[in-house]
Amino acid sequence: MTTPGEFYQRDRSVHPPALTPNYKTSVARSPRYSLISLQNSVSEITGPVFGHNDIDAGDNDLLTNYAKAGESPIGERIILHGRVLDENVKPVPNTLVEVWQANAGGRYRHKKDTYLAPIEPNFGGCGRTLTDENGYYYFRTVKPGAYPWRNMVNNWRPAHVHVSVFGSSFVQRLITQCYFEGDPLIPICPIVQTIPDPDAIEQLTAKLDLKASIPLDTIAYRFDIVLRGRRSTLFENRLEGN
Amino acid sequence: MSEQLNYLKESASQTAGPYVHIGLAPGAAGFDIYKQELGWDIAGPNAKGERIRVEGRVIDGMGAPIKDVLLEVWQANAEGHHAHPEGGGPVEDGFRGWGRVITDFETGEWGFDTVKPGKTRGRNVGTQAPHLNFWIVARGINIGLNTRMYFDDEVEANAKDPVLNLIEWEHRRATLVAKRSERDGVLVYRFDITLQGEDETVFFDV
Ligand SMILES: [Fe+3]
Repeated sequence: MTTPGEFYQRDRSVHPPALTPNYKTSVARSPRYSLISLQNSVSEITGPVFGHNDIDAGDNDLLTNYAKAGESPIGERIILHGRVLDENVKPVPNTLVEVWQANAGGRYRHKKDTYLAPIEPNFGGCGRTLTDENGYYYFRTVKPGAYPWRNMVNNWRPAHVHVSVFGSSFVQRLITQCYFEGDPLIPICPIVQTIPDPDAIEQLTAKLDLKASIPLDTIAYRFDIVLRGRRSTLFENRLEGN
Repeated sequence: MSEQLNYLKESASQTAGPYVHIGLAPGAAGFDIYKQELGWDIAGPNAKGERIRVEGRVIDGMGAPIKDVLLEVWQANAEGHHAHPEGGGPVEDGFRGWGRVITDFETGEWGFDTVKPGKTRGRNVGTQAPHLNFWIVARGINIGLNTRMYFDDEVEANAKDPVLNLIEWEHRRATLVAKRSERDGVLVYRFDITLQGEDETVFFDV
């Protein structure tokens, strides 16, 4: 039996630690003991496989997937697009990307969101798609609004889209948030600032992509996502009794 | 000699936040948008093996149940195969082995139906005891937490399991073992997950 190639050890220096007191909810929700480090077994190397039967073609168009026929949500129309790559710079094809976000006023369509800004009748606020063979994905949506949240009394979330990605293995599972270039709330957001590495924050900031914009119609932002990479099986050592 | 090491860095994790349901389980957030939601049918209609229900709560450091958590589960079928090209063998038609569940917003209770998985192959030699892999996200959790659930009626297999045996503190191994009972003819495994404190569940860096 050949040993499958393992994923690189997760580089925890780019990720937020569990306990980040300025983001208050983390205090009671963070494990205190060390994580136990595992070498990958078959349970970690494998992960769910999704296909085009699982989703519908229009699921990635938030401008229309909840709107009444002929109507569209209020807000800045944007294309959010990019590639899902791994640490080896290899595209991750056919992987499920799911997004959710507030409407242009900063309000979520969620029974627990009671912010003053109104619900937008033509906006659900979620979408999903599969990357193509080059790892490419795109969504059409409105730019989400900033919104206040209860942490310190005057904390505001920068405009953001929540992004969930699978990869081909359960160890690649990732949820993150996409921010937008130039937003003055990014450097003062306690959730963004749970990330210790400024370059890692920069990597979560979508860049204006004028060339991909559709003139007189929709402005584009580019957001590439990187998942964990895998060692080649070629150099695998077999350790006896392990 | 100095070679170009053009690796990328993994994108940083951010909390799934309080409204994770909108994206990953919108029906539960209170609106219908997709024709089908993913992850509610883990084993499918053709899966062989013992049908089971798994239930629990996720408890925070204050001892309170977390009411806005989302859990994903990943498992092998009764033969110990995962539904994946490297999963060790074929699975039944309709078996995905992946599920997604949220808690009741009032009580924090979650639960799902599936089949009990079989033993899976070990890293190089031997086998792993039957187990479910869990991934847990919520507001206040900055990066998804990985853990495993084992079965309390698999005493012998658990005693030999390479992952359980890696946990130096033997009493902490019990945090990964679900308790079996029967309710109205249904086999129920209870698996409470404690994020912090004395009974803290073992979490893994996988
Ligand atoms: Fe948000």
